[in-house]
Amino acid sequence: MPTSINPASTDGGISNMRDVAIISFAQSDHVRAVNDANEVEMLMPVTAAAVAGANMTKNDIDFTCSGSTDYLAGSAFSFVSTLDGVGPWPPIQESHVEMDGAWALYEAWVKLQLGEINSALIYCYGKSSPGPTHEVQSRQLDPFFVAPLWPDTISLSALQARALLESGKATEKDFADIVARSRKAALDNPHAQLKWDKSADQVLAEAMLVDPLRKDDCPPITDGVAAVVIAADDVARAHCDRPAWIRGIDHRIESAVLGLRDLTDSPSTRIAGEKAGVARGSVDVAELHAPFSFQELIIREALGLGGDVDINPSGGALCANPIMTAGLVRFGEAASRIIDGRANRAVAHATSGACLQQNLVAVLEGEG
Amino acid sequence: MADLVLPTSLQDVEQIKSVRTPAELRYQYTAGAATTRFLRGIEQKKILGERCSVCGKVYVPPRGSCPTDGIPTTEQVELAHKGTVTSFCIVNVSFYGQAMELPYTSALIMLDGADLSLMHLLQEVAVEDVHIGLRVEAVWVDDDKIGPTLESIRYFRPNGEPDADVHQPGEHGWGDLEHA
Repeated sequence: MPTSINPASTDGGISNMRDVAIISFAQSDHVRAVNDANEVEMLMPVTAAAVAGANMTKNDIDFTCSGSTDYLAGSAFSFVSTLDGVGPWPPIQESHVEMDGAWALYEAWVKLQLGEINSALIYCYGKSSPGPTHEVQSRQLDPFFVAPLWPDTISLSALQARALLESGKATEKDFADIVARSRKAALDNPHAQLKWDKSADQVLAEAMLVDPLRKDDCPPITDGVAAVVIAADDVARAHCDRPAWIRGIDHRIESAVLGLRDLTDSPSTRIAGEKAGVARGSVDVAELHAPFSFQELIIREALGLGGDVDINPSGGALCANPIMTAGLVRFGEAASRIIDGRANRAVAHATSGACLQQNLVAVLEGEG
Repeated sequence: MADLVLPTSLQDVEQIKSVRTPAELRYQYTAGAATTRFLRGIEQKKILGERCSVCGKVYVPPRGSCPTDGIPTTEQVELAHKGTVTSFCIVNVSFYGQAMELPYTSALIMLDGADLSLMHLLQEVAVEDVHIGLRVEAVWVDDDKIGPTLESIRYFRPNGEPDADVHQPGEHGWGDLEHA
């Protein structure tokens, strides 16, 4: 199992690990609806940019791994069609996860650690506009007792938000502060979908959407795609001046039964963060996958990130939330800041499932 | 299960074997640029393939990309309404929604000028007369019925031309290609 070779799960095991780094990242502009292009047409320029950004051609890519869900397109095996965009002939090594692309990156990382390959292209796409996104997402819930009630994503998150408020761990003002900071930060992100400069008080003046959540506490519905290239050891060094080395990576899952969980906490994030080694050094920047404003508070707490850490300088998923993609975008945004020298040590986090059910954490570092 | 104490009314009850949880989701399909170009062509009774600028292959229906080179196809190529059977099967089983009389023939047809076979139906030919290399032509629905769907072509039928040489069913299905 992957966890048996995790650097943090065995003392000193890190010396047996290959150095693996993110060396390139590309993403589309994230928008409410792309009506004139299908998934493969949205992906082609982005996967091509990620490969070119790594100073590679398709023949330099040893393995291709993607993340998406066919429920968004409403069409079976839509992910197989997207492979046309990366040139899969002659036949390539390929895999797909019905998860956010961050988990596709994890699979590729494991394959690199096994020594089977030296490079991988990871891509993911979320085109939510063809279907009723919030109802579609309810299909991931227990099919016998929960899904027949059609609980939408916002209502489920509002349950979590209410629990957090009543626990005394946070206030609505805390939520609004995160909204104001994130949407303002997104003004510097040309790919972000929602961006503006308003105060937290202005946010608090808005009406409730699903109490206790205001519309501004919720992510937009987004069409968007992203891709990264990762590589090991000398291949990474040869293709990138300053690779974003993955120093630790781990993911954990909690019960799918909401009633079994403490929704005000994220033990899966906490353990993944410990195993990834978040606390082993100071963190310059953290890109956290918190689609709803208040979820950032839960993740920050679980990762032990203090006030000195630059959180979501991209604006985060609150400003662009392509399903199955916003997690890998966090990895790409964090890695970009290492690659271009703006940061030395970054934390990337991705989540999946209802109310932060599964969480993946990585620590990225630059060299020299 | 040994220690589970059940009230009498729930002892020895019949196992639940099914539950009914209907789900319906409606989607608005995004055909994309290449498929739109192809289907708008069909509306005008044209079969439009797209050529890869690197390997020269012509794909139909086009998906906007070359699966060999992983790049967008850019050049549109109008294809003949006739081609060659590169493989076929004779269907003797009925299925839900089937409109065809049994047996009928489903065939892979390499349109002249294309590098990818199209799957369609063969009619106006006895199933025992169907063979690889058979030359066939498209039979369209009436002009007032034509729409942006491959169903605008009702089926293919033999066009009377002599058999074509099919040496490699699947990829290049017939003789030398002008652009090969």
